[in-house]
Amino acid sequence: MTIDIKGGAKDLAGIALFVSLVAIIPLVTDSGVALNFVMMALYAALLSQAWNILGGFGGQFSFGHALFFGTGAYFQAMAQLNMGLNPWVALAIAVAGGSVVGVVVGALSFRYGLKGSYFALVTLAFAEVFRILTLSVPFTGAGVGLMLPLQESFANMQFGSRKGYVYLVLSFVTVALLVTWGLKHSRFGAYLQAIRDNEDSARAIGVNPFNIKLGAIAISGGLMAAGGAFYVQVFQYIDPGIAFGPATSVEALVAAIVGGISTLWGPLLGALVLHVLADITRNMFGQLPGINMVIYGVVLVMIVMFLPRGIGGLGATAKSVWVGVWRKKDGQHE
Amino acid sequence: MANMNNSLLSIRGLSKSFGGLKAVQDVSIEVPSGSLTALIGPNGAGKTTLFALMSGFLKPDSGSVHFDGQDITGRAPHLNAQLGMTRTFQIVQPFAAQTVRENIAVGAHLKTKDRRTALMQAERVADQLGLGPLLDKPASDLTVAGRKRLELARALATRPKLLLLDEVLAGLNPQEISEMIPVVRGIAQSGVTVLMIEHVMQAVMNLAQNVWVLAQGQLIAQGSPADVTADERVVEAYLGHGTAARLRKAAQAGAQA
Amino acid sequence: MIDLGIVFSSVLNGLTTGAVYALIALGLTLIYGVLHIINFAHGASLMLALYAVYVLKQHWGIDPYLALPLVVPGMFALGYALQRLIINRASHGKDENILLVTLGLSIVMENAALLFFKSDTRTIDTAYTLTTIAIGPAMIALPKLVAFAGALLVSGALLLIVGKTDLGRAIRAVAREKQGAKLMGINVDHVYAMSFGIGLSCLGAAACFLLPAYYVNPQVGSGFVLVAFTVVVLGGMGSFGGALVGGLLVGVVESLGGLFLGESLGQIGIFVIFIGVLLFRPQGLFGAKV
Repeated sequence: MTIDIKGGAKDLAGIALFVSLVAIIPLVTDSGVALNFVMMALYAALLSQAWNILGGFGGQFSFGHALFFGTGAYFQAMAQLNMGLNPWVALAIAVAGGSVVGVVVGALSFRYGLKGSYFALVTLAFAEVFRILTLSVPFTGAGVGLMLPLQESFANMQFGSRKGYVYLVLSFVTVALLVTWGLKHSRFGAYLQAIRDNEDSARAIGVNPFNIKLGAIAISGGLMAAGGAFYVQVFQYIDPGIAFGPATSVEALVAAIVGGISTLWGPLLGALVLHVLADITRNMFGQLPGINMVIYGVVLVMIVMFLPRGIGGLGATAKSVWVGVWRKKDGQHE
Repeated sequence: MANMNNSLLSIRGLSKSFGGLKAVQDVSIEVPSGSLTALIGPNGAGKTTLFALMSGFLKPDSGSVHFDGQDITGRAPHLNAQLGMTRTFQIVQPFAAQTVRENIAVGAHLKTKDRRTALMQAERVADQLGLGPLLDKPASDLTVAGRKRLELARALATRPKLLLLDEVLAGLNPQEISEMIPVVRGIAQSGVTVLMIEHVMQAVMNLAQNVWVLAQGQLIAQGSPADVTADERVVEAYLGHGTAARLRKAAQAGAQA
Repeated sequence: MIDLGIVFSSVLNGLTTGAVYALIALGLTLIYGVLHIINFAHGASLMLALYAVYVLKQHWGIDPYLALPLVVPGMFALGYALQRLIINRASHGKDENILLVTLGLSIVMENAALLFFKSDTRTIDTAYTLTTIAIGPAMIALPKLVAFAGALLVSGALLLIVGKTDLGRAIRAVAREKQGAKLMGINVDHVYAMSFGIGLSCLGAAACFLLPAYYVNPQVGSGFVLVAFTVVVLGGMGSFGGALVGGLLVGVVESLGGLFLGESLGQIGIFVIFIGVLLFRPQGLFGAKV
């Protein structure tokens, strides 16, 4: 399948610009605070981009995306601890694991026509099942979780300062951006969005919904798993609650909605906004447990109420208003 | 009866019930290749159900559907589209969030994997159907007439052998109808076989070569437009039992006066 | 060899828990049946009700059962307000939006509770907390028996309201045919809000029955959400009978699952049912075909 490179050139340039600008940051500052902020914002963006592929472009809202995150995290940890593999190899396994879990859950759900709320519920249920399983089974460390021994080196994907991790997550985010870009300018993406907008119409003109949705969840799962693997490398620790708990699922979802789902830059924008918000909150209220999530929840409700297309959608709305005004001036109307 | 060898679409003994309701009963239709055929009948006759059965959105309880020589009974819609049978919907269903160009391109993608090519073909088809100026508008911005054209354009972009049009004129005012009729004729003349469900008699008389009449799930008449509209059973199906006799009596009384 | 006495005891315990599940699910299925929305905030709302009962006991010494006349109307008011002021406004007619709004509400509720009450698990002590009654070979805690009876009574009351009152008639009309009901002069927005309020008041009652034998912390909501959905989906969305039967079934399955597999893994039994029903029989036992 060939991608419309000419049509997507503008987006591609945008991606190149964004990546270059962010890549400069670790070169011009040593501030731990700044680097940490950039790293966590990019990490949140990665998770949100992953969710967006299935949720935004595919129209299938998953409430349990932590399922793939946790799979990636545990595979990353266990491949190193139990199989002695190099972290870079483990990464490949983690991503593959996320995709495979995606395909299995997707095959079950889509084969039986689950949509909308039912699909959201099923993903939630699967995430919970995995959480309980990892909690009860000894070889995943059960409730204690798994810890990666500290051994800093590039080969071991552990970096002395935040700078290394910033570049690591930036590379993941770049991949996610390119994947989203490819989706936006290819037949696969056109088919996926057609299914989202009207599945019956799509079927009537030759689109196979099952295969396409399966592809989307595989990609989404793989990217999300990369996020999980990254988490393990940075924090050197994972447990069932962190891996499969609702917090990760919610963050990925809310950032995408806030920024504007089914757009290239929405998840990034949303992740940035939420992170800035979280920082401001922390400065105002200190480390109150739960305050972050309260803000996320309130923001989610407000966005859905007043800005359903997210902040990124503001641009689209403004543009259509502008165009409308411009056209009326010319005396044109439909 | 049309020559079976020429039939692009051949339905034999198709039946479908929902619970106790017999929506379609033992319907057999031949659609010759290159023709423009109309399927008419009062509301609730089962016409749209028949379309759903033909295109694979519903599985029949019994009977068969043959398309282009192949048995496609019960096959999934996307596979039938790939074979060359595309259908439109009575209530238009555009990809609302996408532009006119993007909508049509989805159809074009049936024949090409390349995104650029599909977008260019979409432009061409849009121009053919007078949607050129609207190419970058979101589909949700279009009027009903515009959306009907879009639905048509999207289906055309798949380069179908057979186009199933479900009430493509419904909801249009007389001006829009008279603008749409030549568009449909043009499609048929370009070599696409058309089977259309229609209520607008003006279009049926103007466009169709064959007409099949469905009432209460069963075929009650078939022939040229003139034959069918003169058929008593057809009049009764639309206007009620005994109407044909009453009309005749009234005509006789009027002739005698 | 399995001791039948223990199994019997487990089943009875499961039934008592199941009755409370049924009450919780009744609220959820009412909300779905009338508003056609899946209320993700149901579990978090129950958690808030539990805290309300807790606070009433700890700070004002009001016994949970006596708190019913306070908590039930309180939850009703909360539900009415939430639906009328937030959920209704946010839906813009699209299902995904309602999904997201109720999710957002549940996040706010859960974390607000975390903020105010911290994450400690809390229980209350009443005179009868430790009393048990013997039924056959089983010893059942008194609060659980009261919960069983109470849940069934409230469920019965709910069914009466929906079945016999004018409000109930309006609710059923709106559930069946919104536009038609509107044309008949029924204030649909008001009925929606009333239904949501009733759905949440079921949670108020459930909380009063639940707390003496249970506990509360900010996370209990999420535990109950999936159980409630399992019951509703198993019984059939919108079916009251289904919610009752489903609730009892799920309660027993959970109890037996915990007996044979241990508490953690026993929970999986519920999710397996849930996923299984969604995949293979989405209309549940008594629901209309999806």
